[in-house]
Amino acid sequence: MSALSVVAAALQVVGVLAAAPLVVGGMRQVRARLEGRAGGGIGQPWRDLRKQLRKQQITPRGTTVVFALAPAVVAGSTLLIAAIVPIIAVGSPLDPAADLFAVVGLLFLGTVTLTLAGLDTGTAFGGMGASREITIAALVEPTILLAVFALSVPGKSANLADIVSATTQNPAQVLAPGSVMAFVALIIVVIAEAGRLPVDNPSTHLEVTMIHEAMVLEYSGPKLALVEWASGMRLTVLLALVANLFLPWGIAEADPSLLAVVMGVAAITVKVALLAGLLAAAEVFIAKLRLFRVPELLAGSFLLALLAVTASYFLATPVS
Amino acid sequence: MTEATYSGVLDLAAGAFLLAAVLIVWRRELRAIVVLLAWQGAFLAAIPITEGIHEHDAALVTVGVIVLLLRAGVLPALLARAVGTEDHERRESTPLVNTSASLLITAGLTVLAYAVTRPIIALDPTAATRAVPGAFAVILIAVFIMVSRRRALSQAVGFMMLDNGIAATAFLITAGVPLIVELGASLDVVFAVLVLGLLTGHMRRAFGDTDLDQLRELRD
Repeated sequence: MSALSVVAAALQVVGVLAAAPLVVGGMRQVRARLEGRAGGGIGQPWRDLRKQLRKQQITPRGTTVVFALAPAVVAGSTLLIAAIVPIIAVGSPLDPAADLFAVVGLLFLGTVTLTLAGLDTGTAFGGMGASREITIAALVEPTILLAVFALSVPGKSANLADIVSATTQNPAQVLAPGSVMAFVALIIVVIAEAGRLPVDNPSTHLEVTMIHEAMVLEYSGPKLALVEWASGMRLTVLLALVANLFLPWGIAEADPSLLAVVMGVAAITVKVALLAGLLAAAEVFIAKLRLFRVPELLAGSFLLALLAVTASYFLATPVS
Repeated sequence: MTEATYSGVLDLAAGAFLLAAVLIVWRRELRAIVVLLAWQGAFLAAIPITEGIHEHDAALVTVGVIVLLLRAGVLPALLARAVGTEDHERRESTPLVNTSASLLITAGLTVLAYAVTRPIIALDPTAATRAVPGAFAVILIAVFIMVSRRRALSQAVGFMMLDNGIAATAFLITAGVPLIVELGASLDVVFAVLVLGLLTGHMRRAFGDTDLDQLRELRD
């Protein structure tokens, strides 16, 4: 492991921190333009964060340490994921210690902490949002595991860096049926996990429909800023992960040169911007799904992931 | 065509073939189902055409082209005509098994297909036979659609899928069906769909609906 790998991993964390509000802002801007509005500009989430961070800290009466710690845990677990997964370079220093299962576990840790915080407020909305979020999370996590499982069959490892390297060496396998189905399944679960349309509408505060917003309704000031920042970071990390699992070109190798790291930064910026733009553009054309039909969508993506596993396993391995 | 491209295209066709079947289970809109069936027909046709090009077998390519015209063109067009124009006729009525459960059952059926066809693949493991479980899964899914859907048209779609699955299995296992056998089977299917279309039309005129569950009781 060279010093530049460490630099690349640090860059990943800083990059995700800095870029997350820009990704959210960019998606809002694309949406606004397509709807014929001027929009607040790409930098608006950053300005919102600055404003909220300067405000006074208010703790609702009756809340405990769970409520106070949740934003930090969510943001921390997301940053840890950002340090582990291959975003800019393949060989992160933390990579051998944490594989795919650890990443999914960390994602789930953030979700569970936030639902606990929602329950801790003791309000009706908090509990409702928490119950909905955990329903969705319970359906999403197995799908993420299965989908990345399907991708790990060609690389013969559940280590994310190995999967990405295997795809770089053999680009044709991206078009294999298992890989295509895993891609569709992963896109659906990323949308559900990040709370975007059609599963959850991030811009609404309507009582009957909100999921993520209902849990964080009691947060204000710096804590709200941290929660929103963290949810932006989750979206960014997930998009970067999907981009690199299926289109790993431009990512720096295990022992990168300085030029390769710069190339990696440029490549992932372009990929995430493109993916986020496409997602935002697609969101204009769809409405939020009824909550009772969300499990249908997620069961569908689970099935796709399962088919991906069976396809990549049975088509790839010779019968003994 | 190199060996890698051949097996890649074949896998992709078989995968898309299975995916179309899964999406038919997922969707409730009758028109969308018919469009998906046409896509499935196209992917089915891709199998013999790929094999024909790979083995330089003109007859197999001809069979593929006939399959393409029939299953991606003629039969979906006939079915699309039978879809009613009224609002309540456009959608599948509530299926006997809800969508989430049907998707999970589909997953189970696919795994079952893989388990059941393993001895068949073991006989002659080639790129084509390795895709057989996908085609076999389509047969099982089609039977499931036929028993779980209520509209006459969806059941016709299930029947067509069943035939698609059988045809795909035949293409993948035997690497070539005699032209005359394929023509005979296709003719059978065309007549079956014509009769089903007529029957659906008669049912709608006589009862104002094609929900088969409502036909269980005798009425004056």
